[in-house]
Amino acid sequence: MLHEKQPSIFTHIHKARGKGAAKDGVHHWWMQRVSAVLLLPLCVYFACQARHIATPDYGHFTHWLGRPSIAVPGILFIIAAFYHASLGVQVIIEDYVHGEGKKIFLLLLNKLSFFCLGIACIYAIAFVNFAHMHH
Amino acid sequence: MSNTNRPLSPHLSVYRPQLTSVLSILHRITGFGLALGALLVTWWLCAAMSGPRAFECFQGFTHSIIGELMLFCWIYALSFHFMNGIRHLVWDTGRGLTLKSAYAGGWAVVVLSVVATAVIWLAA
Repeated sequence: MLHEKQPSIFTHIHKARGKGAAKDGVHHWWMQRVSAVLLLPLCVYFACQARHIATPDYGHFTHWLGRPSIAVPGILFIIAAFYHASLGVQVIIEDYVHGEGKKIFLLLLNKLSFFCLGIACIYAIAFVNFAHMHH
Repeated sequence: MSNTNRPLSPHLSVYRPQLTSVLSILHRITGFGLALGALLVTWWLCAAMSGPRAFECFQGFTHSIIGELMLFCWIYALSFHFMNGIRHLVWDTGRGLTLKSAYAGGWAVVVLSVVATAVIWLAA
């Protein structure tokens, strides 16, 4: 290697930056932790609602989902969980998929899928919430 | 660049499975399974939006044998990923990185994830 023989103005970190499979990582790593911490209380909250989540009764379910105390944490959960999931799937793709074209395609598909699914879920929660609002 | 003494990933084919490595790969497997569950969650919420018939169709699937099995695996995956995720977050603060606490935490995750799965399954 050329710069091992000659003195270089660049630091080791400068030479290493951007060379990994994912190109960068601090932001990804940090947001994975932030979303994880946010998901801890939300998971406990919805685990306590298991009886309502599992109900096969349409009226019961929409009445439950129509409560702001369910819909607002519900939307928060969808955002945090789907974002966390897309970050996790991204690492799996970066680790196991070789070939730049295939990798970029799957990375885009991953982001786009979770974005679209997330929007659909938020729309559905809001729709049920407004349609079954209790006065 | 001169540090050749850095830790390397284990060569899986000659690596004896142990609690720590099994929990590590399980974290990834359960995480991927949960990510696939996003499709089911979206179906569920969109069915609730569409009306009683679509909701009934979804319930028909989740109350089939395959559906029940998927839900059970999903609850276990969630419980495990939740418990082991806490273990990872503790590690991220620089605590509990000794071999002894890695095993103690690992066994705690195994027990607590089974308990949590049972509690949620019975409550639902």
